[in-house]
Amino acid sequence: MDKLKCECGHVNPEGTVLCEACGKPIEGNQHIDGNDKKMLLNMRYEGSARRSQTYRKSFVDKVWSFFSSVKVGVILIVIALIASMIGTIFPQAQFIPPNAVSRDPAIYYEDQFGLIGKIYYTLGFHEMYSSWWYLLLLGLVGVSLVICSLDRFIPLYKALKIQKPKRHETFLNRQRFYSETENVTESDLERMKENLKKLRYNITEQDGHILAEKGRFSRWGPYVNHIGLIIILLAAILRTTPIMFTDEYVWVREGETIVLPGTDGEYYIENKRFIMEMHDPEDERFRDAIAQEGMVPSNFQTDVVIYKAEREVPGAEPELEPILEDSIQMNKPAKFDGYTLYQQGYQQNEFSSMTFKIHETDDEDATAIDSFTVDLFDPEPEYILDSGFRVVIEHYFPDYYLTEDGTPASETNYPRNPAFVLLVYPPESDTPEVSFLGIGRNIDATGENEYKVAIQDFETHFVSGLTLRVDRTLIFFGLGAAVFMIGVIQGMYWQHRRVWIHPKENGILLAAHTNKNWFGLSKDIEKAIEDTNINMVEDRQDLDKS
Amino acid sequence: MKIDRAKQRKSRKKRNRLIYRSGILAVLAAALIFGIVSSLQNDNTVYREGDDAPDFQLEQISQNNDLETVRLNEYEGNGIMLNFWATWCDPCKYEMPFMQELYPEYKEKGVEIIAVSLDKTDLVVHQFIDQYELTFPIPHDPKGEISDLYKVGPLPSTFFINPDGEIERVVEGALTLELLEGFLDEITPN
Amino acid sequence: MDLITLSSNMLYAAFILYLVATLFFGATIRQKGRERNKKSIAGNIAIGITILGFLAHLVYFITRWMASGHAPLGNMFEFVTFLGMAMIFAFIIIYFMYRLNFLGLFALPIAMILIAYASMFPTEIAPLVPSLNSHWLYIHVTTVAIGQGILFISFVAGLMYLIKEIDQTKRTNKNTLLEIVLYVGFLFIGFIAITTAFNVMDYNATFEYQEGTEILETEYHLPPIAAPNNGVLLTEGVMEPWFETPAWMQGADAGRKFNTVIWSVISGTVIYLLTILILRKRVGAALQPLLRNVKADLLDEIMYRAVAIGFPIFTLGGLIFAAIWAQIAWGRFWGWDPKEVWALITWFFYAAFLHLRLSRGWHGEKSGWLAVIGFGIILFNLIVVNLVLAGLHSYA
Repeated sequence: MDKLKCECGHVNPEGTVLCEACGKPIEGNQHIDGNDKKMLLNMRYEGSARRSQTYRKSFVDKVWSFFSSVKVGVILIVIALIASMIGTIFPQAQFIPPNAVSRDPAIYYEDQFGLIGKIYYTLGFHEMYSSWWYLLLLGLVGVSLVICSLDRFIPLYKALKIQKPKRHETFLNRQRFYSETENVTESDLERMKENLKKLRYNITEQDGHILAEKGRFSRWGPYVNHIGLIIILLAAILRTTPIMFTDEYVWVREGETIVLPGTDGEYYIENKRFIMEMHDPEDERFRDAIAQEGMVPSNFQTDVVIYKAEREVPGAEPELEPILEDSIQMNKPAKFDGYTLYQQGYQQNEFSSMTFKIHETDDEDATAIDSFTVDLFDPEPEYILDSGFRVVIEHYFPDYYLTEDGTPASETNYPRNPAFVLLVYPPESDTPEVSFLGIGRNIDATGENEYKVAIQDFETHFVSGLTLRVDRTLIFFGLGAAVFMIGVIQGMYWQHRRVWIHPKENGILLAAHTNKNWFGLSKDIEKAIEDTNINMVEDRQDLDKS
Repeated sequence: MKIDRAKQRKSRKKRNRLIYRSGILAVLAAALIFGIVSSLQNDNTVYREGDDAPDFQLEQISQNNDLETVRLNEYEGNGIMLNFWATWCDPCKYEMPFMQELYPEYKEKGVEIIAVSLDKTDLVVHQFIDQYELTFPIPHDPKGEISDLYKVGPLPSTFFINPDGEIERVVEGALTLELLEGFLDEITPN
Repeated sequence: MDLITLSSNMLYAAFILYLVATLFFGATIRQKGRERNKKSIAGNIAIGITILGFLAHLVYFITRWMASGHAPLGNMFEFVTFLGMAMIFAFIIIYFMYRLNFLGLFALPIAMILIAYASMFPTEIAPLVPSLNSHWLYIHVTTVAIGQGILFISFVAGLMYLIKEIDQTKRTNKNTLLEIVLYVGFLFIGFIAITTAFNVMDYNATFEYQEGTEILETEYHLPPIAAPNNGVLLTEGVMEPWFETPAWMQGADAGRKFNTVIWSVISGTVIYLLTILILRKRVGAALQPLLRNVKADLLDEIMYRAVAIGFPIFTLGGLIFAAIWAQIAWGRFWGWDPKEVWALITWFFYAAFLHLRLSRGWHGEKSGWLAVIGFGIILFNLIVVNLVLAGLHSYA
């Protein structure tokens, strides 16, 4: 038979340790909770039958019982903990400092940390937190969480629902708090009940047996907080899909209007200006610290306009309608239509325009005959000057460098190191003079140029780095965190306290149990038996040490 | 009789338990695998081989070509080699001559080469076109809208689009003459 | 008197008051069995002075806030001092729950060591960088500190449990391990002693060294045993360094920090050995008789209760509020920054602590070791992660 019938008449499922109704230890099952070696009963899960500990049959059952073990859960947590620690020994690849000799992980780790660094890199620890096995580990913790909760919730729920005030004597005298009183008057008992009620215990009675109980709901705390964690894990899975989560980084130059990546061309952004402010080094409050540690920035800010774009087809000239003007600062992102824009970084290494002057080569004062300004993002092919000079831009390298085979080229799209090959046509002349011009470079190819071009002035601009995010999973993470907090507070800040009174001849047996804070329970009982001759319970924990 | 019924009940219960447990384990395993796989897919490519190539329209800036604008949909029925490039990209300089070499031949066969420039400034593009004597249409995408639409990563990136408007092949990096020829053949209309 | 002076005077006052309170808590040991359980006069005075000290500490915090215009939680000195305050706060709460005088005898000195440790860092009021300029700084940091303060009480109770229960009659692995834990405490004392000594002498030696692609200068306030890697001594007439810091030690001022660690170990060890010499037994064995009259079960319960109370608060402050702030400031609520990872490790650890206790019955001694390790993780996160493993939270 798979059912165990207790002498009180209640039929228990197989694997039950303590009868669900009266608490009498069920013979033959005491080894499950280790009660056979101890005087006190193990009250975990009320001694109910946890399914996983009873059936070990098919493969599915084996997998199930593996994950339903708290021991396995704790081991998984400890492995995840150790792995997380290892991941912080050296910086993760994303945190390699910008001033490192090389930001290439393949070089960086060996160069900085020697052999250990190389091993670290080879084992993939430099990208620990996005590695499949780390994710798998966290996932397995989640699986264990689900199965443990499912396996324990139902039996515990049943056991607490079925429990009767009338308990078996053995159940009482094997509790940690226990006392016997030979003679108890009816009025003492009534007073104790009154006192317990005042302490907000719920009292149920059955044939003179009394159960006083409070804070049962705290027993559900662990399940509630586990549900919260499961919601968080589900949200994490959702977040891996592009519908729920987008993340784009965009550099916008001052004065530039570009499409916001990741919005299907629906939104444009204009960077009106970027502001960087410093704390005043003369500020009395901070003078000492700034003198020691150097200047401290106080604000990074991008003033932006967001446009909604209307266009027939991607790429066609859009009609832009401004929908938002905002100043984005750290800790103050801009929000529109479900998108959020964050201030993330800035660059100040680009030129926006350059002004050149033309002077006679042998003029030592380099007096300008004429000058012209080149917009470095949109240079004209030629400049015709009032003085009759004509300047043709033969080649423009926004970010000049010399390739290995010695030809000039541009390294990027951006005027970080602009250089030009200019053809200068003097007034009324058809033969150009060739000049190569860049920052710190002014080369006369033939050495016979009559006129020289020189940089007279330049303007720079800031480039603002912004992050664009859509995160539709935030609400789930928030919900999960809230549920977790409710559960953990419910379970930790309240306790399930029970007091049993068992009439015996003229007196009573008194026993009590709580899942935590025994100190508080003993204070409750002290108050409950005030002005009665009922004996105070004895804490018998010490007797149990073998 | 009674024992039989008890046995029956027991085996039914056991079967239910097996179904319940297998079901939950299967759901958990699926969630686990989905979560890991989809978070390991770092590439945020939206369009893969087999998808329809999204339409776009851009200003054409090459003076060697008569078009004023290029609109992708107008080439339906033709194969399209959609190339993304920039003047400052070294491997682009490597493959551009091959593209130019094959262009007249494949144009005849019904394959159009469209090379979208991602440069910021017109001037450098013109200089590049002159230097390499390119004749195919060069649409200009200075705002980066189309490169974002196609989620272009490293340059050059090339999408080979068949006459049905489907992306046949996506190639990142420079192509050799042989490879280019082979891929163009794949999208040549019959 | 201006606010800043008032503020630092108040911090001194708090420190002295905690010291006096510790002495009164010490006086409660002498009371006989029965009295001790009831409210004792010495105990009342002790907790009274502790509360007074806490109020002085609070005044320090408020006046510094008024002086700087932002909550003093911006750098290492300010945060560690606040953590010390949170520990005292947690102690006061737990004291009124259990009225255990002995707890004060252990909790207060350890909190004081931490406060003294804090003042070894630069104490000037520094302006806030833009990323810290948010109300979430206060919300996040105060909640974390209170959570950690309560977990600290669990550590104290656990340590007391171990000191009381571990057999000291002969040398064993367990009491050696306990001795190592106590020795770590001596290293902190050593650090404080040596730093104070050389600060009084106004010692200074400057080095120049290369970090990545930059040339930097660093000032040593302790005689250089270990020079920075590839460092050149600029100051004349000071001790020549004995060796160079190995190259794999990373981050700002790695050499100076390494040098400080060496000095702390030396002076901590000297103080420890002197203590042993005077006591003529292990420190653990010397402390054990003090705890003769405490019920081990009560310590076990306080240890568990403190985790039960502190864990939710830590989760709220260290993970949830941290995530909310990170979401607002950087647009990502979790970024695997070392500090974040260590908060997660702490959380994992206490989760394991609770599961082991509730489901596997790890009580008493096992639980005590876990409480000690748990606080070790918190300190690691506070000290090593902040000063060594650079990241977004890198103070000082």
